[in-house]
Amino acid sequence: MGTLSKVIYIDSAGREYAVDATVGDTVMATAVRNGVPGIVAECGGNCSCATCHVWVSEEFAPVVGPPNDMEEDLLDMGVSDRRSTSRLSCQIRITEALDGLTVEIPPEQP
Amino acid sequence: MSNGTLIVGGSQAGLQVAVSLRQLGDTSPIALVGEEHHPPYQRPPLSKEFLAGEAELDSLAFRTPDFYADSEIDLVRGERVTEVSLSSSGPPGSGVARTAGGRELPFDRLALTVGAGARRLPVPGADLGGICYLREYNDAADLRTQLATATNVVVVGGGFIGLEVASAARALGRSVTVVEAAERLMARSVGSVVSEFYRQAHLRRGIGVRLSSAVSGFQGERGRVTGVELSDGTQLPADLVLVGVGVLPRTELAEQLGLVCDQGIVVDAHARTSDPWVVAAGDCTVQPHPITGQGRVRIESVQNAVAQAQVAAATLLGRLDNVTSVPWFWSYQGDLRLQIAGLASGYDTQVVRGDPDDEQFSVLYYRHDRLLAIDAVNRPADYMAVRKALGQGANIAPDRAADPTLPLRSLVGGPSPAVPAVQRAKA
Ligand SMILES: Cc1cc2nc3c(=O)[nH]c(=O)nc-3n(C[C@H](O)[C@H](O)[C@H](O)COP(=O)(O)OP(=O)(O)OC[C@H]3O[C@@H](n4cnc5c(N)ncnc54)[C@H](O)[C@@H]3O)c2cc1C
Ligand code: FES
Repeated sequence: MGTLSKVIYIDSAGREYAVDATVGDTVMATAVRNGVPGIVAECGGNCSCATCHVWVSEEFAPVVGPPNDMEEDLLDMGVSDRRSTSRLSCQIRITEALDGLTVEIPPEQP
Repeated sequence: MSNGTLIVGGSQAGLQVAVSLRQLGDTSPIALVGEEHHPPYQRPPLSKEFLAGEAELDSLAFRTPDFYADSEIDLVRGERVTEVSLSSSGPPGSGVARTAGGRELPFDRLALTVGAGARRLPVPGADLGGICYLREYNDAADLRTQLATATNVVVVGGGFIGLEVASAARALGRSVTVVEAAERLMARSVGSVVSEFYRQAHLRRGIGVRLSSAVSGFQGERGRVTGVELSDGTQLPADLVLVGVGVLPRTELAEQLGLVCDQGIVVDAHARTSDPWVVAAGDCTVQPHPITGQGRVRIESVQNAVAQAQVAAATLLGRLDNVTSVPWFWSYQGDLRLQIAGLASGYDTQVVRGDPDDEQFSVLYYRHDRLLAIDAVNRPADYMAVRKALGQGANIAPDRAADPTLPLRSLVGGPSPAVPAVQRAKA
């Protein structure tokens, strides 16, 4: 297995889930496999469902970067509360630089 | 002590029933029994990333092993349920199941999420080595091993799975021919413009496509396939064959229980079988059209398995919510990303946006000017706009949809098809 990084998920009720993540995995897969509620990810990371929406915390937003083109189209139409730091978590790959990454999970996924 | 819920079939739908029961606050025992030895995993990548070597079993798992323990879901693997009966004296819906290994599983509530199996091709030579099917992980692992050394690959069946495998095999440099009995590709799922586009696009990528061609048999030497024979007498050399000719829903257990089946276990909009105490979800079911509530459809997709399973869990807990869900689907064949929303059956008009020759276009389907569905190729924004419109019961006026420079999202209008958006604007 690869190196470990921590990802912190905060759900809409303010509960925190700190999960050990493997570098190279996505923020979506890490959440789903560990049963973090609220990230549905029906399409399994294929950028087809928009049910893996998260808000990236301000301090990590520049490191994570903006959405890619296909993701942009899904975010644009597919999520209920789009913000400037909105991303589809299946499109964020965990790197060492993202250790401690904090993302918020919206109350509803489409 | 309560026996809780028994879920037969540990895959997309079965796991979702278990997860939803817990999310809805159910604290009684849950047993999730599956015939396969692997913990529940995603099937869609089996014909895509897995064949390309970009995914392994570990990365396909839906959940970590700890998740099942933490959620108190008793995951029983490698056990096939062969018998099930409902109690005549106990509480309604309770009963007992038995596995091939002799295990007894008593339950208070039963969910059938047994899915479907690959339809076999009943022609001479079908048992030869090198003839593969693709439904489970083990099939995919076998197929990937054989693909590594194959030269001539014949894919029987030009549906999603067949074409995804053909794309993967071609990307590995194999010579690939797709043989389809119908006169167009993916005929059951997409419109003819999209079928024809895919035929040409696959030809451009070096995949042979033979339409209206039935396989009459396989030839072999020393137990291994060497060729495929078509009913017009054509012989295609082949050292590897993938048969992807659809699935048969598993109805055996439902039939034992005397439940109504019609090419699938018949369920209502609440995922109830003909015995309202027993629910079923996923590929094993036929259900009323999820948007119109009419007729009977079988939908084989992740979205449907998840949506129906969520409904089934609520029903088991006595909550009969009315939910409509918009069917959606994706099929990635190499760099061609097909995304579908809605169900096009019964359409009378279609609108093509963009030029298929650019490999970026979509087709919207209408009945009496009312939007039914979209097939989008490399146009995710169109797909999302239609999915959203259908979810809101809104329409997109067909005459304006044809202009590919107008974003569809800006055209999502009011619900009445009798008053298209353009007319309303004028009024
Ligand atoms: C190769 C492939 C690619 C696909 N690609 C896509 C895609 O891109 N997009 C999409 O939306 N969908 C896709 N699908 C379809 C999707 O995977 C299915 O719709 C989904 O898996 C259905 O889930 P299910 O739980 O109803 O049934 P299944 O996944 O078929 O699971 C049923 C499970 O029940 C078990 N079982 C059956 N009978 C018994 C018994 N008596 N006792 C114990 N266990 C039993 C089986 O072993 C199986 O594990 C694909 C499917 C395949 C095979
Ligand atoms: S998991 Fe479906 S879009 Fe991210």
